[in-house]
Formats: sequence, C-alpha cells, structure tokens
Amino acid sequence: MTVVVPDLRPAGTFTVPRTAERTLANGLTVLAIQRCAVPLVELRLRVPFGAATLSPSYLASSALLSQTLFSGTSIMSTVDIAAQLQSLGGALGAGVDPDRLLVSGNALASGLDRMLAILAEVLTDASYPEDEVTTERERLAEHIQIAESQPAHVVRVALLRRRYGDHPYSVQTPTVPQVHAVTPAVLRALHADRIHPAGAQLVLVGDVEAERALDAAEQALAGWDGPGTDDAVPPVPQPRLGPVTLVDRPGSVQSSLRMTLAAVERRHPHHAALQLANLIFGGYFSSRWVENIRENKGYTYSPHSYVEHSQAGSSLVLSTDVATEVTGPALLETVYELGRIATSPPREQELEQARQYALGTLQLGMSTQAGLANLASTYASFGLRLEYLVEHAARLGAATVDDVAAAAARYLAPARALTVVLGDADRMEAALTTLAAVERTTVDEVLAA
Amino acid sequence: MIPATRYPIERLTLPNGLRVVLAPDRSAPVIGVAVVYDVGIRSEPPGRTGFAHLFEHLMFQGSANLEKLAHFRYVQGSGGTFNGSTHLDYTDYYETLPSAALERALFLEADRMRGPRLTEENLRNQVDVVKEEIRVNVLNKPYGGFPWLSLPSVMFATFPNAHDGYGSFDDLEAATLAEAQEFFDRYYACGNAVLSVAGDIDVTETVSLVERHFGDVPARPAPERPDFAEPDLTAEQRHSYVDKLAPLPAFCGGWRVPDPIDDLGAYLPYVVLAEVLTDGDASRLVRRLVLSDRSVTNIGTYIGFMGEPFEVRDPTAFLLQVQIPADGDMEMVLRTVYEECERLAADGLEAGELARIQARMATHLLRDTDAVLGRALRMAVLEQQRPASTGAQLLNQLPALIAQVTEEQVRAAAATLRPQRRALVEVVPGLGGTQ
Repeated sequence: MTVVVPDLRPAGTFTVPRTAERTLANGLTVLAIQRCAVPLVELRLRVPFGAATLSPSYLASSALLSQTLFSGTSIMSTVDIAAQLQSLGGALGAGVDPDRLLVSGNALASGLDRMLAILAEVLTDASYPEDEVTTERERLAEHIQIAESQPAHVVRVALLRRRYGDHPYSVQTPTVPQVHAVTPAVLRALHADRIHPAGAQLVLVGDVEAERALDAAEQALAGWDGPGTDDAVPPVPQPRLGPVTLVDRPGSVQSSLRMTLAAVERRHPHHAALQLANLIFGGYFSSRWVENIRENKGYTYSPHSYVEHSQAGSSLVLSTDVATEVTGPALLETVYELGRIATSPPREQELEQARQYALGTLQLGMSTQAGLANLASTYASFGLRLEYLVEHAARLGAATVDDVAAAAARYLAPARALTVVLGDADRMEAALTTLAAVERTTVDEVLAA
Repeated sequence: MIPATRYPIERLTLPNGLRVVLAPDRSAPVIGVAVVYDVGIRSEPPGRTGFAHLFEHLMFQGSANLEKLAHFRYVQGSGGTFNGSTHLDYTDYYETLPSAALERALFLEADRMRGPRLTEENLRNQVDVVKEEIRVNVLNKPYGGFPWLSLPSVMFATFPNAHDGYGSFDDLEAATLAEAQEFFDRYYACGNAVLSVAGDIDVTETVSLVERHFGDVPARPAPERPDFAEPDLTAEQRHSYVDKLAPLPAFCGGWRVPDPIDDLGAYLPYVVLAEVLTDGDASRLVRRLVLSDRSVTNIGTYIGFMGEPFEVRDPTAFLLQVQIPADGDMEMVLRTVYEECERLAADGLEAGELARIQARMATHLLRDTDAVLGRALRMAVLEQQRPASTGAQLLNQLPALIAQVTEEQVRAAAATLRPQRRALVEVVPGLGGTQ
C-alpha cells in the first residue's frame, strides 16, 4: 500500500498587519498595531545606548541602570511602582544589549494609559535610591558570578573576544569589581545623558485601536524631553583568522563548540539567500548539520546555527555541545558540512523545504501579540517596518539554487570561520590538533581579560 | 473586572476512543496541533528511569509510513515547528504551522499513533542523544536539575514519585527494543490520547479530516492508571549535596498541596499564594528578603516540579526556590519565610493586594494561551486530566476561578507551610573560586 502524505493547501498572500505610526515633537517614534486576540497590550521601548556600553566602566553602569530603572522616583518607591503596575495586570522590566536599552512589559488592555503614565514617570524622574542601588548591585554581582560558572556563558565571552578583537562588541558583560564600583551618582548621570526620546522607538501591540494607542502614548510621553547622545558604534571588523581557541575547563563532561563567520545585515541583497543557506546547513532541525552530528552520529543534543544582527554588523554563529570524547570528530564533521555547502549547490528539494520553513515561521512569529511586538520593535530599531517582511518574503520566494550556492560559498566557507572550544583540554586537545592549530587558554584568563 | 477568554471549544470522541478538542480562531492563518498521551515519568518501570523521555525521542524516529527524518522534514517543509516533551503525568507531541498544513499535520500524528518504527540503530542513536541532553542540561553546568530532579526523592517515598525522570545512564543504556514496543502497546493507545487543534480551522471540515486520518487507528483502551498517592510528610525531610560547579549556595523547599484535579477549589488558593509571596517587587517575600533584609539574591515560589500548576495530578507540591549570597544563612531565611507566612495567616492581606495579584495572574493566563500552540497544549492536557464535565472548557474558566479565590482561603493556605511538613534540599557550592 502506498500512502500519500497530504499536500499543503494553497497558501494565502503574505500580508502584515497595519502599523499606525507617529513621531512626537520630542523625537520619539511610536508604532501601534491593533490585535484583539486577547484583552492585553504589549509594550516595547528601545532607547539607543550606542557608545554607552563602549567602555568597561559604562558596561557595568548600563547593566546596573537597567536593573534599577524601576527602583523609584521622587514620588514613588520601587514597591509602589510594582504594585501599581500589578493592579493593571501589568509589569515592566528593562535590559541592555551593546546597542540599546530595552524596556518591555504588558498589561490588561484597560491599563494602557496608566502603564504609560508610570513609564513616563520613570523615564523622566528615576531617582536611583541609594538603598535599592546597593541591593541591586549585589544581586547583579552575584548573577555575574553564577554566569561565569556556566560553560555557555564562558564560551560566549571567549567567542566575542575572538570575533570582535579591539571592537567595543568584544566585551558585553561587566566584571564583578566593575559592578561594585558603580554608584547612584553614576547612574543618575548616565540616565541624564542617555535616556532621551530622540531616536527611541515605542511599540504598542494589543487589544487597543491603533490611533487611540498613539494618542495615549503622546499624552503620556510628550513631556519626556532632552536631546539624546548616540555615538555610532564603528563597523565590526572582519574576523581575524587564527588557531582554534581552546578554553580549558577541567572536569567538563562535554565540549562546547562555537564557530563564527561574518554575515550581512537585513537590507543587504544577499540576506535572504544567506538565511536560506544557513537553514540548509544547520539553521533548523531538518538541516544537514543536525542530521549528521545528532541523528546519524549521536554526538550532541542541540546543534544550531543562526545569524545574529547588531547595529554595527552581523555574524553567523554555530553552536553545539558534544561529548568530550568526540570533540575532534564533531569539529571534523562541522567543517565538512560547512565545506560541502560552500563548494557544491544544495538540491532543489532542500531549498524548497528551507524556503517553506522561512516563510511559514514568519507567519507564526506574527500570530501573537508578544511576537508582533518583538518583531515590530526589533525591526524599528534597525530603521525597518513590518512592511519590510513583505519584501523579504518576496526575496525568499525568488531565491534560486544559484543564489543560495553563491551565498554559501561566500559566507559559510570554513576557511573564514573562527573556532572556540571550551572543555576538558587534556582529554581532547590532541584530537583537535590533528585538524587545526590550537591555542590553549583557561577559563580564568578568558574571564579576566 | 477580570477578563476571560471565550474561545469556542468543540469536544468529540471517535469510535476508537480517541478524544478530540477543537478551538477555532480565525484571527491569524496559523494552527497548533497537539497529541497528548496519558503516560509520563511516574509510569516508568523500576530500573528504567528516564524511559518515558527516551521513548518520546523514539516517537520521532519514523512511523508506520514514514522513514526516519521524514517527520521533521514534513513539518518544517510546511513552514512549521515541532517538538515533544515528557512530564510527570503526560507526554506531548506537537506542531504549529500555517493553516494550509492542517491535513498534513493530522496525517503525521495519526501515522505515529499507529506505531513508531523501532530499530536497534535508532534506539542506540537516541540513547546517545539523550545522554548529551542530560550532560548539557544537568551534568555540565551549575545547579543542573535543581530542584526538579533533586527534590522529589526527598519529598516522596515511592519509586513513581521519587525517581530521577531524566534517568541514569545505566538505565538508559539497558533499555531494549522489546521494552519500547511494550511501552507503546501499553500506553500509546488511542483511548489513552487526546488530539487538539487550535487556530485557523473550520470545525466541520476539521472533524471530517480527523475522522479520515485517525478513524482507522486501531481501537485500544486506556490502561488503568495506578494510584500514585502518598501520605503527607509528618516530619521535615532534608538532603544536602555539594555541587562542584556551583559558586553560591541555594536551597529549595516543598510542601504538599491539595489534589489539583479532585479538589480544585482547595488547590487554587495555593496557586494564588505563590504569586502573593514572590511575584515581583511588590510581593511579600521579595520585599522582605530581597529589598529589606538583603538575605537572598533570588526567591521564587510556584506549584509543581515542572512549574505547571494546571497540567499535573496529585501528588504535587508548593515549591520555594532560593539563591543566597556566599555568606548567606539558610536557616535564617527559612525562619523568615515561615514568619512571613504566619504573619499573612494571622493578619491577612493589605487592601488591594489580592486584587492586583489576581489581575496579574489573569494577564499570565491570557498570555500563555495567546499562541495557538499554547492553547492547543493546555486544552489537550485539561481534557485528558479533568472530569468530562469541564475538560478543556476549564481554559476559559480559569481567570474567573482565580478571581474567586478569597483572602480567607489564601490565609488558610499560608498557614499550612509549616516546617514539619516540608522537604528541603540544600546545594552547597563546591566551586573553588578566586572571587
């Protein structure tokens, strides 16, 4: 008996929901999308922090600022802020990356006006009280201490350093002593210098009519003012090729293998073809790399490759954790799969499968309020709107085997990859040296540099 | 006023015993499809710890009409994503895709309900993969498996409740194909499963597609579910271990709670209490221990070892999880937690405190199921574990039920978190550090 797997029904036209947009007099861009599925509203605010994270001392103060932004104003305590947001069914939190401060949260849709008022209060009047700053400073120091004991974090630190060299992106986590040196006065000065509406984007998505959401944002945030400082981060350098960095972590029962290559930003003409080439290589479960080192050889649980976009440049990252005794073979198979896709074109069927996945997951990403808010906010911070996705979907649809092969040859060539391995070096360095030159270092050296 | 969802929910049972739940929502062109089998970690045979999870992996290795790797390719080549996961009381298999792939997804789930392709090669391969999963999630990092793998053995006395659900390497390596076939025959009966589909579907059309693809799956009844009940603790149970990779001390406590299914009314106050104690900077234990005393770095309270209050059966627990500074004092923190619970039980809540907690919980409930997949999964498990009178309908009722919990009930719940009823696990940091 031959059983036929059912075909897909014809897909509808790819569309994106309408975004209403307004730029306020103070320079804040507000984007609003109505999606009524549940009676909630999602909020994302991105404030360019640019060079605020460039120097080591700013790294610690911007991290602590994000932890204490909601710790009080001249009229509200940290508990008042949290309790009032909670009464709206809401919560707000903040984080930083090397480019931006991101405030994100959600509430019952009925609480939008009040949530925006609390946000405005914090943006214009955060006081960084001595007690709360002391508390959060110790907590941040302890979180960093715990992160430094995690292999995923340490190998990431080592990879960033190799990838970015002297560029500011090379260090993205402060050290414990740097955190201990931050005072409330430093935070107030950083806030005064950086937390401004010019160049910032606020995104509101939910069960609120879009024009009404814009009005509410304008009403609440028109009084937030002052010019922002936003020093552009210099473009990221090409990877500086060299030996495999081997970070010794004695007693590790796995080796954390990471590789990185230069990639291109979303507006680049090769972006869609690179996305498809990466999917075929290792960007989703049905990829060559996963089939090889997981489903065929059982070396690993979760190999994955992805393109990481920052303001100053983009990188492709490969990530897998493998049993210590197969570290050498896993690196060999990884280099083989990179080399295979870089030197010979994928099959038409592989491309079609990757194309369907790329298009389908775009739809999935837009099907929730939180997903839409994340997408709209991420794209807005790169100067893009959701309508970009319509063009991107068309480019994904049009990419040919030749386009993908050309992108793979250019961006997935193993000769252009940097490699970092963290694990028990005494048990696998010999195997690695049969494949490549190796430069050994220690966890302490990685974290101290 | 606490809002609720009004998802229309259709429930039916096929002649072969498969229960089906459909929740149409045409607001986005996507669907979530879930099949949940009523078997989990608690049903593993002694000597085969980790078997339910290993078997979950085998359900992706080919099926009646499909080669190994075909399932992944059909789902992802339809623009979708997939996964499966093993819990204490159930195992789920799911995909979320553009709605154009509805019939294909139903075909794929029906195909493996007829039986996985069990081969020695695939079994050995997946034992290796699962060992790497355990290494990356447990053995190679600090606090691995804490507390979900370490607390049950302290809290419970019987194998089903107490054992390590990820499994020992010895047990995993000893697993055989015959045991896998037996496990499938016993537990993966269509009478022991629920299929749910949420999202961009037409109910009439979907019912006929479900009948077409699942109608001829052979009828097999659900096995009888054993009784996993255990008595409450009468004296505190403690365990302490050194985590060689951990830089800072941590501990967790657990207390038994009422039956989440048979005694939902008595159980819900504990779900609310967890939020009163630790949801955000305005919560009681965060205010006291983090902001005021500075005696803890992080503190959380929640229900169930896997953190899912509405997807677990009795026996389950109220959990307290705490990270403390290097010079922290666990005993003092425990005394303070007890003191705050006694204060809550004696003095009650502040004005507005319960209402704001309930409002935030409503947001969480609505948000969890905004994605069609989250909705399909929760509906399937509710349909499986709850009495037929409510089943998946409970999804729409939960925000209102949470809002009906009273101050008296929360106080009474707080009064039960006494030291002599608790199980405690302490993580002693073993990482020699320079800091």
